[in-house]
Amino acid sequence: MKIKVIVTLKNGVLDPQGKAIQQTLNGMNFGNVEDVRQGKYFEIEVKEKDEKKAKSLVDDMCKKLLANLVIEDYKIV
Amino acid sequence: MRSSVIIFPGSNCDRDMDVALKKFGFKNQMVWHNDQSIPKSDLIVLPGGFSYGDYLRCGSIASKSKIIKSVIDFANSGGLVLGICNGFQILTETGLLNGILQQNKFLNFICSNVYVKVKDKQNKYFKDLKKDLLELHIAHNEGNYFCSDDELKSLEDNSQIAVTYCGVDGTENEATNPNGAIKNIAGIFNKNKNVLGMMPHPERMIDKYLSGEDGSLFFKNILDNFK
Repeated sequence: MKIKVIVTLKNGVLDPQGKAIQQTLNGMNFGNVEDVRQGKYFEIEVKEKDEKKAKSLVDDMCKKLLANLVIEDYKIV
Repeated sequence: MRSSVIIFPGSNCDRDMDVALKKFGFKNQMVWHNDQSIPKSDLIVLPGGFSYGDYLRCGSIASKSKIIKSVIDFANSGGLVLGICNGFQILTETGLLNGILQQNKFLNFICSNVYVKVKDKQNKYFKDLKKDLLELHIAHNEGNYFCSDDELKSLEDNSQIAVTYCGVDGTENEATNPNGAIKNIAGIFNKNKNVLGMMPHPERMIDKYLSGEDGSLFFKNILDNFK
């Protein structure tokens, strides 16, 4: 079963790459871009048929490795 | 004093560290990350570099490698653990040190000499150090120290801030902050001050003809405090 995870910086944590992308977009005449936050996307193939169990495993992975909870939030989608 | 330098795939300051430690009289050994245990040591060093190509987050993969359990046990039993640059990043990822090193504020790789102020001397690294300011070298892309407000307060309350970036006259402000680190933090301790992580490289400042010798003071001081 494939589980998808998105990891993003927490609100309030400076995202210099997002800022640079936003400024570039603004410079390309996408003037209505007010903010960009950059994140990471994972597709994890888990050998597990029960979706609930698979997601709970991935949740554990997020806490232990995929996200650093000091600055990042994660969302299993 | 016996030391061990851990080598991860992608470490690149391990041999410089070996040269520096031996120059001042440490009996140093190199330890591969996949080894089960660490030889008897008084100091363990996690060197600079790009362990595992900085994949996922700097230091995150190395922080789960086989040898790390021995490093954590050694640290928890009071042993001296020093992480330089990538080693500092690994220490924050293991949880031995608070916070995290984020990408530099202006998205640039910084390679330059800096001055750092020694903020605490009640520890085995800086006790009785003759100088308060050291000229050291930094070379990093992710050295922008960040932690929560609560963690920062706790670092300050327990005097866990080890070194901060400053000017040649000791001024700490935005102009003397190369990477955006909060409170100009360049290095911190754990609560017991046996674990030290810092971005600057003392091992690159051990030769008066090539660089400067403030790194020499740092290593000699650790030895003096051990005697």
